[in-house]
Amino acid sequence: MAVMRMVGARVKRVEDPRLITGQSTYVDDIRMVDMLYGVVVRSPIAHGWIRGIDAARARAAPGVVAVYTAQDLHFDGPLPNAWTLAGVHTSRHDPLCKDKVRMVGDPVAFVVAESRYAARDAADLVDVDYEDLPAVVDVERALQPGAATIWDNAPNNEAFRTEVGDKAATDAAFQRAARTVSLRLVNQRLIPNPMETRGVVARWERGPQQLTVWSSSQIPHLLRTNLAAMLDLPEHRVRVIVPEVGGGFGCKLNIYAEEALTARAATLLHRPVKWIEDRRESFAATTHGRGQVDYVELALDAESKIVGLRTRIVADLGAYAQINTEAIPTLSNLVLSGCYDIPALHSELIAVYTTLPPTDAYRGAGRPEGVHLVERIVDVAAREAGIDPAEFRRRNFIPKDRFPYTSQAGVDYDSGDYEAALDRALEMADYPALRAEQRRVNAGGERLMGIGISSYIELSGFNPSGSGGGIGWESSTVRFEPSGKVTVLTGVSPHGQGQETTFAQIVSDELGVPFEDIVVVHGDTATVQYGMGTYGSRGTAVGGAALMRATDRVRAKAKRIAAHLLEASPEDVVYDGGRLHVGGLPDRAVTIQEVAKTAYLQVDRLPQEIEPGLEATAAFDPTNFTWPFGTHIAVVEIERETGDVELKRMVAVDDCGRIISPLLVAGQVHGGLTQGIGQALFEGAQFDENGQPLTGTLMDYALPLASGLPRFELDHTETPTPVNPLGAKGVGEAGTIGATPAVCNAVVDALAHLGVRDVEMPITAERVWRILQEAERVAVSPGASGARPGVEGGTGR
Amino acid sequence: MIATAFEYETPSSVDEAVARLSELGDRGRVLAGGHSLIPLMKLRLAQPEVLVDIGRLGELRAVREDGDRLAIGALVTHAQLAADATVDRHCRVLAETAAVIGDPQVRNRGTIGGALAHADPAADYPATVLALEAEVVAQGPGGRRTIPVAEFFSGLFSTALAPDELLVELRVPRLGPGSGGAYLKRPNKASHYAVVGVAAVARLAGGRIERLRVGVTGAGAQPVRATAVEQALEGESPSAAAIARAAESAAAGIDCLSDVHGSAEYRAAMTRVYARRAIQAAIGRAGSPSL
Repeated sequence: MAVMRMVGARVKRVEDPRLITGQSTYVDDIRMVDMLYGVVVRSPIAHGWIRGIDAARARAAPGVVAVYTAQDLHFDGPLPNAWTLAGVHTSRHDPLCKDKVRMVGDPVAFVVAESRYAARDAADLVDVDYEDLPAVVDVERALQPGAATIWDNAPNNEAFRTEVGDKAATDAAFQRAARTVSLRLVNQRLIPNPMETRGVVARWERGPQQLTVWSSSQIPHLLRTNLAAMLDLPEHRVRVIVPEVGGGFGCKLNIYAEEALTARAATLLHRPVKWIEDRRESFAATTHGRGQVDYVELALDAESKIVGLRTRIVADLGAYAQINTEAIPTLSNLVLSGCYDIPALHSELIAVYTTLPPTDAYRGAGRPEGVHLVERIVDVAAREAGIDPAEFRRRNFIPKDRFPYTSQAGVDYDSGDYEAALDRALEMADYPALRAEQRRVNAGGERLMGIGISSYIELSGFNPSGSGGGIGWESSTVRFEPSGKVTVLTGVSPHGQGQETTFAQIVSDELGVPFEDIVVVHGDTATVQYGMGTYGSRGTAVGGAALMRATDRVRAKAKRIAAHLLEASPEDVVYDGGRLHVGGLPDRAVTIQEVAKTAYLQVDRLPQEIEPGLEATAAFDPTNFTWPFGTHIAVVEIERETGDVELKRMVAVDDCGRIISPLLVAGQVHGGLTQGIGQALFEGAQFDENGQPLTGTLMDYALPLASGLPRFELDHTETPTPVNPLGAKGVGEAGTIGATPAVCNAVVDALAHLGVRDVEMPITAERVWRILQEAERVAVSPGASGARPGVEGGTGR
Repeated sequence: MIATAFEYETPSSVDEAVARLSELGDRGRVLAGGHSLIPLMKLRLAQPEVLVDIGRLGELRAVREDGDRLAIGALVTHAQLAADATVDRHCRVLAETAAVIGDPQVRNRGTIGGALAHADPAADYPATVLALEAEVVAQGPGGRRTIPVAEFFSGLFSTALAPDELLVELRVPRLGPGSGGAYLKRPNKASHYAVVGVAAVARLAGGRIERLRVGVTGAGAQPVRATAVEQALEGESPSAAAIARAAESAAAGIDCLSDVHGSAEYRAAMTRVYARRAIQAAIGRAGSPSL
């Protein structure tokens, strides 16, 4: 029987039938007898002292069981911060504010009642006496004298400074340069907006002394470890279950106040407690993404080869250091060489507290910001050097024979062929024809066409444990059941990525069992061995690698059993699909199902030295990150009169290493591109000078819609990584990294003849309209002949 | 996002609903499709004690021809209006307006009466009903009265309706041969409410613009007619140049709003652009082949 290879096949997701027919269980679907409901009382101001909290009226309200303030609850330590860097002015982050609030939405009390409605009504009855302090909203002004101090141990609101590269060499390169270009870029705050907001259910069972916590999280085991520590419970008496999760995008890669509060309330009240975040809370109390002001300079020699890159990154941490808050902007530093052979670079990162929600991982997490500034400055440099942007990139790419390549940012790129991806994207876009069309459209006068290229790299496959606090590894168990069915237990925690499908594809090929006979279990610390969860495009690149190791071990044991049954030596047994036969004698064979049955139910047929059972657990700790790459090309048309930007085409050639599941890869790219385009054109968290959100609901915060997007044109090159046995690099974040600068470069390309070098994101119609108005004004004013308006487009909204 | 507690009533007739509203005074609010009121309640910006749900009153769900007018029941949904053959034949601009409100879910639930009575400054219908010189029929304890829409909108979220009056019907003209209308909007990218929306209704006679009405929504705190534009073009023969010239005064007299979706300056500029486009489209549909 010919066995179809599953890896590489266009398999439909096994997750989808239950998702699209509404048969999944999310946290809010969990109901229990005697369950109570929690509501968080949140600060209405961005910064101020708490002078007093009077919860008496709330405690007396109908249905209220408890109202907790910081005085009432004990935790063994604050919310965790996993990445504390040397010299970081760490902010102590308690689940409830005691003396001071530092952002709108900061938790000050937790109301628990018999119903969600009673809890919500009582929350309005908690009287908090605040003494206002000035808000700190602008990340650069936060550093200046006169700005209010948010943390006493962080003078000037500076959390830390760090740098990469060689300052002296970079300064020298700029001195020798034939040409230098510079830009100031704003990488605006984004709100992650998973379709399912956060939610927690906690149950304390007095008999077994067991706490069970259901949470919409990306990191079940890390949540258990941290919750056990905060609650002072033995870790083996805490079970975390992550049921179906409706998206995370990094914002559920965290340990939140509400998880600790809900669990603590359950242990105190001896009744299950549920807390579900509403959409407004999701805007205010869940971590945000991005939030940088970037200064970037590029130095070129006379042949337009890049000789130096200099950046200064001012990162907005928000009010607290959540679990990865400080780490995110440091990742920007690591990708600053981009796809380019840059002989000297230097970057200084200044991390700053503001009275806004903490920033943390959001799809791409630090890498979109770093790649954006490289891809924007490269585009400007190409234009000012008079070289086509595709040619400029090609001239400066790291050649494919230079891998592994050590960048001046101090990281080792695993493998790459950047020119192949660029060439394929140019071919798909029909680049020369596009340029001709651009000349035609722009001659018409009413519309302006722009073509934007971005060639990106990312570091993925988080992460070699040596480079990240010792926790980057991943685990997997592969278990044959006596019937020959296979259960896979994985330490990753997919929440949309589809590893129930991809891992079954891998196991099907590796063990020769039908795809349908494999089930992938995740997200329950009582059934799954310790693992790190899902983030940083690691699920397949690290979790899949652990899975490969486990299948190797299972196969080896199956051979030993088969050898005994076939009266051959293990070295002579060939594992061929689902059959194990003696080499050269294909008829002397047993099926893997017979082997499994023997291993459990007919162990009398086996010698003593073979243990019963057929399963293996393995872990994998990568020796390096993986380095996916690609080229995206965006085509936009601008309507002069209104400033409307229409995205006409989006071509994406992504190299995520070896592709396991083409349909899932396409799905990941679609979602990533959409969010990347969202940052370029639609999204942006805005606050007034008092730190009050101006985009606090979906009525005002614009997410990208399918109706505003073109049909995506996708292809791939496949350059395997040597870092893991699958050769897979990861694809979850590529779209958000490549698409944003491609779209921005396209808009600037359309406006460059007016002297425009950047348009601040999100590129709204009004921003473009203002640039065009200004250009028109300059063009008609006397004495302006030949003068370029030189607008940066940073004005207006 | 949980509303404060409220009582909920379902009167079985318009008369009963009006009587209850009269008794309740400030404590009561009318619930129709709920697409504006319920979100406000969930944000606790509205905290009515009693919701009087008129949503089941079939008598308010009809579209009728009534002489030279169409009578549209207050509970006609946007989706129903967008698909109604009578409206399409006699007052297409109203159907086109309904078709661009919100998204399919909003259009399936939201009602024309609810939208008008809510008087959101960025709602779509106000521009069109102003340009149509429509009338609103309101029923109160003392019976029914007819309010011209020019007198209906009185500011941000406020109308000429008394607290115990129920909007029961919208009356719009049947646009005959030689007439045409258009509604064009710039939706904001988040909610799809109008940053600016302009409706134009034109009648041509003898190669001239005999009558032109232009309504503007979204730009200011309340919808208004762009009378300066109307006056500049009435009696003129339609030309692109004349329309463009006249549209320059489309924002005159509007105190434009500034918010995250657009500055006052941008709203004013877009009012001019969309006025020009809407007038051109309306005149084109009225039968002028040159536009």
